Amino acid sequence: MTVAKDAPALNFECETGNYHTFCPISCVAWLYQKIEDSFFLVVGTKTCGYFLQNAMGVMIFAEPRYAMAELEEGDISAKLNDYDELKRLCLQIKRDRNPSVIVWIGTCTTEIIKMDLEGIAPKLEAEIGIPIVVARANGLDYAFTQGEDTVLAAMAQRCPKPKDVKSEQKEDPNAIQKLLSFGRNSDNDKPQASEYKDHPPLVLFGSLPDPVATNLSLELKKQGVQVSGWLPSKRYTELPVIDEGYYVAGVNPFLSRTATNLMRRRKCKLIGAPFPIGPDGTRAWVEKICSVFGIEPQGLDEREAQIWESMEDYLQLIRGKSVFFMGDNLLEVSLARFLIRCGMTVPEIGIPYMDKRYQKAELNLLEQTCQDMGVSLPRIIEKPDNYNQVQRINELQPDLVITGMAHANPLEARGINTKWSVEFTFAQIHGFTNARDILELVTRPIRRNNNLKGLGWDKLVQEEAKV
Amino acid sequence: MKLAYWMYAGPAHIGTLRIASSFKRVHAIMHAPLGDDYFNVMRSMLEREQDFTPVTASIVDRKVLARGSQEKVVDNITRKDQEESPDLIVLTPTCTSSILQEDLQNFVDRAQLDSKGDVLLADVNHYRVNELQAADRTLQQIVRFYLEKARKKEQLPEGKTEKPSANIIGISTLGFHNQHDCTELKRLLTDLGIEINAVIPEGATVDQLQDLPKAWFNLVPYRELGLMAAKYLQEEFAMPYVDITPMGVVETARCIRKIQQVVNSQGGEVDYEGYIDHQTRHVSQAAWFSRSIDCQNLTGKKAVVFGDNTHAAAMTKILAREMGIHVVLAGTYCKYDADWFREQVSEYCDEVLISEDNGEVGDAIARIEPAAIFGTQMERHVGKRLNIPCGVIAAPIHIQDFPVGYRPFLGYEGTNQMADLVYNSFTLGMEDHLLEIFGGHDTKEVITKGISAESDLEWAKDALTTLQQVPGFVRGKVKRNTEKFARDRGITQITLEVFYAAKEAVGA
Repeated sequence: MTVAKDAPALNFECETGNYHTFCPISCVAWLYQKIEDSFFLVVGTKTCGYFLQNAMGVMIFAEPRYAMAELEEGDISAKLNDYDELKRLCLQIKRDRNPSVIVWIGTCTTEIIKMDLEGIAPKLEAEIGIPIVVARANGLDYAFTQGEDTVLAAMAQRCPKPKDVKSEQKEDPNAIQKLLSFGRNSDNDKPQASEYKDHPPLVLFGSLPDPVATNLSLELKKQGVQVSGWLPSKRYTELPVIDEGYYVAGVNPFLSRTATNLMRRRKCKLIGAPFPIGPDGTRAWVEKICSVFGIEPQGLDEREAQIWESMEDYLQLIRGKSVFFMGDNLLEVSLARFLIRCGMTVPEIGIPYMDKRYQKAELNLLEQTCQDMGVSLPRIIEKPDNYNQVQRINELQPDLVITGMAHANPLEARGINTKWSVEFTFAQIHGFTNARDILELVTRPIRRNNNLKGLGWDKLVQEEAKV
Repeated sequence: MKLAYWMYAGPAHIGTLRIASSFKRVHAIMHAPLGDDYFNVMRSMLEREQDFTPVTASIVDRKVLARGSQEKVVDNITRKDQEESPDLIVLTPTCTSSILQEDLQNFVDRAQLDSKGDVLLADVNHYRVNELQAADRTLQQIVRFYLEKARKKEQLPEGKTEKPSANIIGISTLGFHNQHDCTELKRLLTDLGIEINAVIPEGATVDQLQDLPKAWFNLVPYRELGLMAAKYLQEEFAMPYVDITPMGVVETARCIRKIQQVVNSQGGEVDYEGYIDHQTRHVSQAAWFSRSIDCQNLTGKKAVVFGDNTHAAAMTKILAREMGIHVVLAGTYCKYDADWFREQVSEYCDEVLISEDNGEVGDAIARIEPAAIFGTQMERHVGKRLNIPCGVIAAPIHIQDFPVGYRPFLGYEGTNQMADLVYNSFTLGMEDHLLEIFGGHDTKEVITKGISAESDLEWAKDALTTLQQVPGFVRGKVKRNTEKFARDRGITQITLEVFYAAKEAVGA
């Protein structure tokens, strides 16, 4: 109720329609790369496997580090024992790959047949000696990127407490390194403690490619804020230490369960900030973190201004143009806010799921941005109906539609510019440095059209006479 | 439970949807959870389809599960009936929703009451059959549905077309080189003076189905798709069918001779021997290629063939019979039809492998070490790892199977394409070999050595690590740009901060 009061102007609708998005198990495609010592086992049917292989097109490259536990008729009819079957597969994985962790990805099918993955895992884990993390990334409850949320929410439970690591590890791993690098410029990952202000530990959550994560850590370092760890880390064995009272901040808008778990189960304090997407969002994110720690941020004005200036050539291409989000990866609100700041208008933001609490700061910034730029607020449509959306797109004729892959070619053939939403999922878009890459994607159809202008090939389907 | 890293044939609902969306004015409703509708992505992306895929997912979520899905499914069917007035709506569950054991036939019956078009439940067991079997089954089901309907309404056509005519059965969306094969088959039949009565399912409307019996015979080019429909038409309407895949010079001739026999048995008087001879010796270049010195060099080279029944069997015969290549192993993933495959290829190869396990196929290839592989995308991948060239001859479907240019596998133009494929696969192998001998054009060492030795700049370890995370093909450029940036500013050590600053500056 309070939420509605806080964000009165934004209009939320829920169409509860038939919409297309990727299955949440697709998160294994980027998580297996991020967590280098992991193995992902998707417990599902041929339908799940063929999706990963064909629509995501990644299975062939990933061969050794993720696989399907393909459920067969005997599993469905409960003729076979789930525990024995999973044990057989996990032992094989242990023998072939010996990963530090096996992540079981539950699917719609394991939900429907009520396979007790959470019950089986602890027993099996003890028996085979490899940690097993269970995430229920199913399409009954979640959409696309939320798969990552289910995995990180489960992993948050496995982050060690300080007392777990004290015995085996030195309190300050820097101490020895400092001695070793005495007199030399340290090119170590761990910077000297004195560069940081004194503040409670901060852990960031959200899976980003390593260079992007480092980049964001560095932005905070410039303000004297020390990031004590990332969830997920590069290796499962290096999960960040989390303890009661630690601060946590998310980098992606689809991580509401992870945030909730960190707060409720690990007693962390969540810093609710807009997400570090675009120079405006990154600035707001850094500012919010600084303000929580009572730090006066330095040089952010210049930093943001400099990024905007460097993007001017792209901004000229999109100012005054409109962009329609059909809704796919839950990055929609952040991207819309950034593009409005760039001078675009957004008639509609489709989004599979809207957590108004976790995205509150982002929604406020969206409102603020619309006011600042003097444009009307977008309609936010949860669980949109793609058929209705296509009718609206026909009426509105937006300059760009950001859409799932199923609709891109048909829209292009009808003279509507599109960009795949998945590209924003996989591209490096976070932080100041990468803001330009977002515009690189957004402006590409416009630049392509400029190149082909004059050919007059903008509509390639014949209008069929309506019967 | 089966540990699977990859699969050759897709799940059943993909087969059903391939049939439904191949027809014109047919819409499919998938009763499935969110994300199971990736068929739309495959069709739109792989086939670069310009039209919206006529498949809508009626989404099963937690709420629908709790309440029961009947209302939602029925609503979605009737809604689609009103929105697009299709002739037929096909309802299919997926592996997941089929477990719910709902009475989907009842849903369909209910929806039919309020729909102008026909509504049909695709009758397929999602755990027992794969994509190929389901496609075959669904096509038969739709054909049968409309012929029975026509029979009831007494709308079945009487007699045959005046001139010899054929139905081509089994051309479908997301089929391996199907579009080009279809063009080639039409050309072949036209050359033979045979009219095309219908092509199904691709591009056909369901109204056309009642006219199928007018044709003199059915041509089923692919073993995997169309045979059930052809057999049904034979049983019910005494229509003969030709199921010899016209792939390769010898098999194309065999297919044409069979057509001749079928046509003449119904009162036609055709003699295609002259045509076959002319095409073989003077039009197609494949027979000449077999006699050329290029192909002589392939004599006795070892090859492994793996694919679906149709393509693997035909390719084995082409290699062994027409090019003198030694097929050590021929294999198929169509386990359900293994006997046919064995019978077709056993005299042309040393070993036969029937397997759905890509690991087993990969192991066999590694053991045999052939000079070339003819297989699926998976064997191409295996070949890459083992440094063995691979020509792709069969699905699972891939965007490369939808070339913009004309690349049929069937008919006489198909024989030319096969010759190119075989020759290029082996020569690429030769090229690789020569490259290795002469040191080749190695592009791999961009940063492995000499970073600080050859330049005046020092790279900090973290910056170097980050540089190494940049994809290989742009790494050299990123490195050069960063060093130029540093030099311009008199920076001697490239730290991570400098690296990112350079990225920002260069981007501008």
